[in-house]
Amino acid sequence: MKSLFKSELIKSELTLLIIVLCGVIVLFSAGTPRFLTLGNFGSIAFQLPALGLLTLAMLAPILSGGLNLAIVYTANLSGLTLAWVLISFGGPDAGPLAFALGSIAAIAVGALSGLVMGLVIAYVGAHPILVSLAMMIFLRGLGEFLTRGGDISGFPEYLRPIGHGSILGVPIPLLLFLGVAALWHVLLAHTRHGAAVYMIGSNIRASEYSGVHTRRTLTLIYTLSGVLCALAGILMLTRFNSVRVGHGEALLLITVLACFLGGVDPFGGFGRVLPVVLALIILQSVSSGLNLLGANQHLSTAVWGLLLIGVMMLRHLAGRFDHLKKFCHLKKVNHFRQGK
Amino acid sequence: MLVLGLLVVSLSAASDQFLTAGNLTSLLNNNAVNVIWAVGLLVVLIAGGIDISFAVAASVVQYAAVSVFEALGGGNWLIGFAVAGVLGVALGFINASLIHGFRIITIVVTIATFNAFFGLLMFFTKGRFIYNLPDWWTTRVVLWEHQSADGRWAELNLPVLVTLVCVVLTWVLIRHTTLGRQLYAFGDNPDGAARAGVSVALMQFVAFGWMGLMAGIGGLMQVNITQEVVPNALIGRELDVLAAVVLGGARLGGGRGTVVGCVLGVLLVAVTQNGLNLLGVSPFAFKMIIGAIILLAISTTNLSFRRP
Repeated sequence: MKSLFKSELIKSELTLLIIVLCGVIVLFSAGTPRFLTLGNFGSIAFQLPALGLLTLAMLAPILSGGLNLAIVYTANLSGLTLAWVLISFGGPDAGPLAFALGSIAAIAVGALSGLVMGLVIAYVGAHPILVSLAMMIFLRGLGEFLTRGGDISGFPEYLRPIGHGSILGVPIPLLLFLGVAALWHVLLAHTRHGAAVYMIGSNIRASEYSGVHTRRTLTLIYTLSGVLCALAGILMLTRFNSVRVGHGEALLLITVLACFLGGVDPFGGFGRVLPVVLALIILQSVSSGLNLLGANQHLSTAVWGLLLIGVMMLRHLAGRFDHLKKFCHLKKVNHFRQGK
Repeated sequence: MLVLGLLVVSLSAASDQFLTAGNLTSLLNNNAVNVIWAVGLLVVLIAGGIDISFAVAASVVQYAAVSVFEALGGGNWLIGFAVAGVLGVALGFINASLIHGFRIITIVVTIATFNAFFGLLMFFTKGRFIYNLPDWWTTRVVLWEHQSADGRWAELNLPVLVTLVCVVLTWVLIRHTTLGRQLYAFGDNPDGAARAGVSVALMQFVAFGWMGLMAGIGGLMQVNITQEVVPNALIGRELDVLAAVVLGGARLGGGRGTVVGCVLGVLLVAVTQNGLNLLGVSPFAFKMIIGAIILLAISTTNLSFRRP
């Protein structure tokens, strides 16, 4: 019964988002003939993955009832690590081995920053917002200290396809993102770790008493979040062919917005990967549609904010309607019983 | 508090520049806006909410206030405070009505309004800077000045006085009114407070209205200090202020926090930065060290009374 209710909830969540997406598509196709073209979808597909990976990095911490505000700077610092390895192997002449080595180092850096946060959150019991905020300030400072606020560029030519190439017409960044999203879906929905994440988000005390190793799970959540940030950092390096600390800074709150738009419970415990991916597609479509209409990025930022408010309102009204329906139903049943 | 005391003592020992009137007053002048915002945010945190949008709201107030002053043909400080206050409170009420009307959690609403405010502000102003401001607004008002032996001037400006007033008013609000007690109760246990007869709507409007008022006044003071209106100058400061307030003992989740702690939190960050500057540390390393200090501070303070 409970699972039935839950699946219904998710279905209504998906329906709402699909309706919003259709609305967005119809609106923009009416507005500009260039919206429903392959070129536009291509540009959406290339722009989505970096934001998408960061959003997935944000997802698990929110599900566990926390937040990871350090994601963008973790990605920056991981990108910086990769850049540093590539530069020390000769910049544009660095071989594929250097790239592999650098990527491993980048992922290690991402994991390390996540691990530190996870340890402090799990074993000290400090609030995740505060811990990740401090980590964010620290990483930003470290990155600015190391780069003196400048850009680092000059990477091997063979990295270009990772950020700009396609396989069978599908952009490589999109493949990477979809792969990770699928992996994350499996991790959260079908593994012991995933179940523990949801339980911690619902009630950490209860899950501790029911035998979940909450501290280990929390540490793992933030470490994996760091790993995803590192992937996003590597992707950003190949896409922009440069690394700058503060690159993508504005994405931080957008990732939170995408999660909430995707129906993730801000208190944790509920939320799935698929609706979040859908929410990302909506956000990116709005942005590229407005772009085609000649508006600037700032207007789409505003529209994103208003969209979130609108969807939350709809959700509230829908919830109230459901509640009313159930209430009426219950009343009828009671009436019937009493009559008997 | 102890940490701040230790820091001040060690810094005075390490650098003879630290304990000069000039340095201390400039420290106060430069952090006036942060303290004003911090006490506003404190009220929201006590009521169990969080606000990300206040720094952007302050920018919106600045731009709107410029147009209002133009329409009024000048204005003065009295009108300035009234206009900035009303605009700020209005923006705060937008947050509050969304939160209360649609039962959306505060962080979602303020992240949404953060994006909406900033996007619309940049869209309508086209990122334009404004330097052509009324004279009364940009003239530095010196309240107290003192020339030290080496001929350097130390002065306290209007923002410091305004900060003091804001701090005292906030203290009175949360400590000495029924409303304040209700805010604590509501933040600690919303359901319990509601059953005990606290009006939930009133709490949200008071908390976010107060935050908006402080955001507006902070924005007004910021212009007095920098003498320009820049649309993206304040964005990003909200998280720094949040870190400082929470460092000062306010609990994310509501029900706990004091004005004194909050002011000390801001000053701790400011003094650290100032001290590093005087000690000749590279400015690029400031943020890194401050982040590390906050991380250390929360680790140590939370260790002693873990999971209450």
